[in-house]
Amino acid sequence: MPESEIVQFDNVGLRYGTDREILSNISFTLFPGRFYFLTGASGAGKTSLLKLLYLAQRPSRGAIRMFGTDVITLPRERLPAYRRRMGVVFQDFRLVDHLSAFDNIALPLRVSGVREADLQGPVTDMLEWVGLGHRAESRPATLSGGEQQRVAIARAVIGRPDMLVADEPTGNVDPEMALKLIRLFEALNRLGTMVVVATHDVHLIRKVPDSLIMRLDKGTLADPTGALRYPPRRVEAGR
Amino acid sequence: MKRPPVVTRAVERGLSPFRGKRAAHLLPRARLGGPMPWVIAIMVAITVLATAGGLALSNLVARASGDLAGSATVQIVDPDPRTRSTQAEAARDILASDPAVVSVVVLPEDEVEALLEPWLGAGSEDDALPIPALVELRLRDGAGEPELDRLADLLAEAAPDARIDAQSDWLAPVLAALSTLRWMAFGLIALLAFTGAAAVWLAARNALGSNRDTIEIVHLLGGNDDQIARIFQRSILLDALVGGLLGLLAGFAAVLLMGAQFAVLDSGLVTGGGLERLDWMLLALVPLFAIAIAVYTARMTVLSSLRKML
Repeated sequence: MPESEIVQFDNVGLRYGTDREILSNISFTLFPGRFYFLTGASGAGKTSLLKLLYLAQRPSRGAIRMFGTDVITLPRERLPAYRRRMGVVFQDFRLVDHLSAFDNIALPLRVSGVREADLQGPVTDMLEWVGLGHRAESRPATLSGGEQQRVAIARAVIGRPDMLVADEPTGNVDPEMALKLIRLFEALNRLGTMVVVATHDVHLIRKVPDSLIMRLDKGTLADPTGALRYPPRRVEAGR
Repeated sequence: MKRPPVVTRAVERGLSPFRGKRAAHLLPRARLGGPMPWVIAIMVAITVLATAGGLALSNLVARASGDLAGSATVQIVDPDPRTRSTQAEAARDILASDPAVVSVVVLPEDEVEALLEPWLGAGSEDDALPIPALVELRLRDGAGEPELDRLADLLAEAAPDARIDAQSDWLAPVLAALSTLRWMAFGLIALLAFTGAAAVWLAARNALGSNRDTIEIVHLLGGNDDQIARIFQRSILLDALVGGLLGLLAGFAAVLLMGAQFAVLDSGLVTGGGLERLDWMLLALVPLFAIAIAVYTARMTVLSSLRKML
């Protein structure tokens, strides 16, 4: 596999226990610098697929390579290094309740070992940008759903990850803020971050004309032309 | 639209470890609010007491054994005071000339009476209960049972009523009991260490459970097991430091109090069980051991739980 490919799924299946497979025969390749939307009805397996992407779950079968490495057989102590190259916006935000908005956003930088002096400016800028400069010291419980979502997104993008995975990132914000957040994702994308956004929102998808769409239907990936599994190699240059 | 503030890649920036104060605030805990410092304080206090008891008994057994080793008593039991006296002097002369004997003393009769007074009462002029003549002797180093047998044979002709006993034989059951108590004290210390580790294990698991969401978030953000374990280690370290210090103070106070009360008894046996400077230093190490056990147990518990996550 060429090193430029960030993610490659090959006949991946996922089941919990002895239940039927939630995801079946998932095969695709994701390239750096591309913007992907993951769509599908509720229960189609979007969140499960995203969990495989951000290394919260191992598949029941198949092969997954990320950043040129087989992450299925990789020892678990080496996985954190790969997770640090990703930003994740969780559907339920997963903010740390007793930390302020500032500290929640700073968390990935602190985990990565960025010095306190170096993170003050970027975190403050990010808070300002998502419109929460005045809520820096507020705890998640005192923020509205939309504000919590903005903190979650700011936390996901603050470290400028190689790959951003977002599960319904605009579900709780107004259209203006949704557009603003998508513009942030695009800006990151232009800087080289590959973005995968799971969403139901067709209008949102239309806002990013160069994006590619991955559609899940009852646990299988709709890819009749094989374009997701065998995409044309044109994307690396110029993005 | 304002350009979004995108920072440079974290991995390219200067790295400093995610631990210490930077990481500590991930776990919300009120100092002394939880039971752990108090549990550790109680454990340390009891361990200090048990250790002090074990050390005091060790000292007591060592001193008593040293005093008694190589000592023997010749008893001459005869109803006739003159015969007793004659045989005692003959025994003294024979023993004094023997190379195995370092010193020999015939105890004066009034001293023997004083020794027996607690059991027989004072001022008894009754000859119905004859008081034996006692000859104390000290043997050279290394002299044992064969030497005593040989001396008994030597005395058989000149002092036929003489019976020779090693003093250690008299106190052997007492010393054995003290030795058993000493080992029980050390066994108690081992049990307390195990119980303390179990308490920390439970506390760490409880903390892990109540902070599971936070841990999962840090884990998914790329925090490794060591970073997360350090957060808990730091938390339990602070608890153990506070608890250890409180326990040490309480334990020392109890040991001093008991020492003062035993000192009043003014018994030779009890005063032989006093603590030396080295013993006090050993007692001061108890909280350090407790802290080490607590931190190690917390680390192992957290790492074991984290290994169940991907």
